[in-house]
Amino acid sequence: MNGHRLAEQFSTFAKQDHAARLGMWGFLGSEVTLFGGLFALYAAYRAMYGHEFVAAVGHNNLAIGTINTLILLTSSFTVALTVWAARAARSKLIAPLLGLTILLGCVFLLLKGIEWSQHFHQGILPGLHYRNREMQEFGAKVFFTLYFIMTGLHAIHVVIGIAVLGWFAVQAGRRLYTPEHHVTLEMATLYWHLVDIVWIFLWPAFYLMRG
Amino acid sequence: MSAAAPAAQNSPAPDYLHDGSGIASWLLTRDHKRIAIMFYVLIVTFLFLGGIFALVLRTELLTPERTIIDATTYNRMFTMHGVTMVWLFMIPAIPNIFGNFVLPPMLGAKDLAFPRLNLASLYVYAIGAIVVLAGMVAGGADTGWTFYVPYSAETKTAVAPVVAGIFILGFSSIFTAINFIATVHTLRAEGISWMRMPLFAWGIYATSIIMLLATPVLALVLVLVAIDHLFGFGVFNPAIGGDPVLFQHLFWFYSHPAVYIMVLPAMGVISEVVPTFAHRRPASYTAIAISSLGIAFVGFLSWGHHLFVAGMSELDAGIFGGLSMFVAIFSAIKVFAWTGTLYKGSIAFRTPLLYFFGFLFLFIFGGMTGVAVATQGLDVHWHDTYFIVAHFHFIMVGGTITAFLAAAHYWFPKMFGRMYSERVGLLASAAVFIGFFFTFFPQFLLGNLGMPRRYYAYPAHFQFLNVLSTGGAWLLGSAMLLALGNLVVALKYGKPATANPWHSRSYEWLSASPPITHNFEETPVIRRDPYCYVLSEHESRERSFPPSETAA
Repeated sequence: MNGHRLAEQFSTFAKQDHAARLGMWGFLGSEVTLFGGLFALYAAYRAMYGHEFVAAVGHNNLAIGTINTLILLTSSFTVALTVWAARAARSKLIAPLLGLTILLGCVFLLLKGIEWSQHFHQGILPGLHYRNREMQEFGAKVFFTLYFIMTGLHAIHVVIGIAVLGWFAVQAGRRLYTPEHHVTLEMATLYWHLVDIVWIFLWPAFYLMRG
Repeated sequence: MSAAAPAAQNSPAPDYLHDGSGIASWLLTRDHKRIAIMFYVLIVTFLFLGGIFALVLRTELLTPERTIIDATTYNRMFTMHGVTMVWLFMIPAIPNIFGNFVLPPMLGAKDLAFPRLNLASLYVYAIGAIVVLAGMVAGGADTGWTFYVPYSAETKTAVAPVVAGIFILGFSSIFTAINFIATVHTLRAEGISWMRMPLFAWGIYATSIIMLLATPVLALVLVLVAIDHLFGFGVFNPAIGGDPVLFQHLFWFYSHPAVYIMVLPAMGVISEVVPTFAHRRPASYTAIAISSLGIAFVGFLSWGHHLFVAGMSELDAGIFGGLSMFVAIFSAIKVFAWTGTLYKGSIAFRTPLLYFFGFLFLFIFGGMTGVAVATQGLDVHWHDTYFIVAHFHFIMVGGTITAFLAAAHYWFPKMFGRMYSERVGLLASAAVFIGFFFTFFPQFLLGNLGMPRRYYAYPAHFQFLNVLSTGGAWLLGSAMLLALGNLVVALKYGKPATANPWHSRSYEWLSASPPITHNFEETPVIRRDPYCYVLSEHESRERSFPPSETAA
């Protein structure tokens, strides 16, 4: 017994796995509209305060933002390898790969924290707490409020993703995933890919679009 | 599965109400039917709570100045009325009670795809409701159910817990939506193709898509309000360059489709009730099914008509107005299909059908005024007046609540295995209609005369129409109590129901009344459609289960 049971409402494993995947993609769709609302706000405010947004993007630390992008992309690769390992019946590799992914996620959060503390020292805080002297325009204040909300919400997703992958790493230690049955692992990796892909859009919005 | 069938013949399986007893067998159940019953109890409780708020409001408006409560209490009361009715009653009502109960048997399934997620949805709903109630006990918000910034960020009332509760309720919606979508895709019994699904399943499916994609935007915008209110992180705050109108855009991006979250399941109920009691195939199955998806799609593109006076170009207003009118086209397709179904039908004049007639009248009235307010020129006159209040109550109360009551009576025998009193049911239905009409029709006139919504006091010459409206509200409240009382009495004293008391051909009636925990004694294999009234009841049953192999 490997813990994969066919629930009584399903006639075959294929249908059960199909339902699980469909449910997960539905959930990811809802996450997309969640961030979509914020990106719509970003677009509206950028149309309103174009120059001030460009100046504010220029103020952000391009090096940290880009390194973080590379880190998340690498973590997506390592997490995708876990599904490959399950399919190739090399389940011993799953736990270490998940561990590596978690480590990369933690490094991402660490760099993000360093970046935020730099902002705080410069008096760049969200909303009414904004104290920066150099950039006093409305556009800068709105930009950095959005910056904290969007990267903050993304960071919350990273933390949740790390917790989920941690739980799956423990499960993987018990050899629960086989070439036939690994749909839950696959869904956990899909969530991590979501975390990654949201960042792929945050990166240009807050670091690259400087002109 | 095949081994279970002979065993069932020897000792019939207990129905779901008697399959296990004790509190734990309910609170930890994964049976979609028991979860539906628990939702039923909670949601009806909130319906009556919201109704009490409404009666207090209407009683206050009996006289032009103070009648029973002060102005601040009044503001809190209409906010709580809206919050309770929208999020605790109307959004979850039909999907989580009737969708939960009848969707699996309608598809010939034993349960939803994710039974544990379904139970989680119930608990998340309960937690969200408790948080909202805590906010009410803490004084409640006074912003109106729309929480417009900047006021919602600045008011000293308990906005945060109310908003947090609604945020939590959103997860319940998303869980349920995922569950229904996956169920429709993967758990249809052999022979139930997409175009052989009962129409209620189409309505629930379209609703689930809206719930899934729109709810996160509401969750987001409420979080933005809450963190502004609590910490001053105001992304909409004009003091840092924010634009409050953008809040309205995001809010209505959810809340306009939310109207269709409320009305599509109602249309689904009607699409079951009409063929059953007309004993006839729907005039056009395809038109009813596809127009649900059409409404779901266009519903996402019409939010702008809430912002005609908030600053919008004439071009935008024209586009949003035009798109809004598409909803009326899809709705009209349904209305014609329903009435066409009645034509030459063999009509059984029962309570659910009487609710349908009420629905038809009120929905057409509400829908036609909806087309009128979708034009910018007229909307500027009616915006924020009682005309709008009357319009959306005609759709939501006149549409959703009458359909909710139709469903409560229609599936009552299936859910509880008893028959309600038809005479009392018909009386309550007529009283609901009359009470409703007198509550809200005068509000159209008041709005057209210029009485603004949400005002505590009004000029004396508006009093006559307000008294009519208040009288209607009391009648409506009493009629709802009568309808509920009739059903509650029937739980204990009603005559036992047969498996298919309405002689419907829809698949959920193939199960016993009340159904066993797995819904069907043997797995259905369907070789007919759900509206084949040309076949006899016996023949349609024969074509719903696999031919018995032992006999052959």
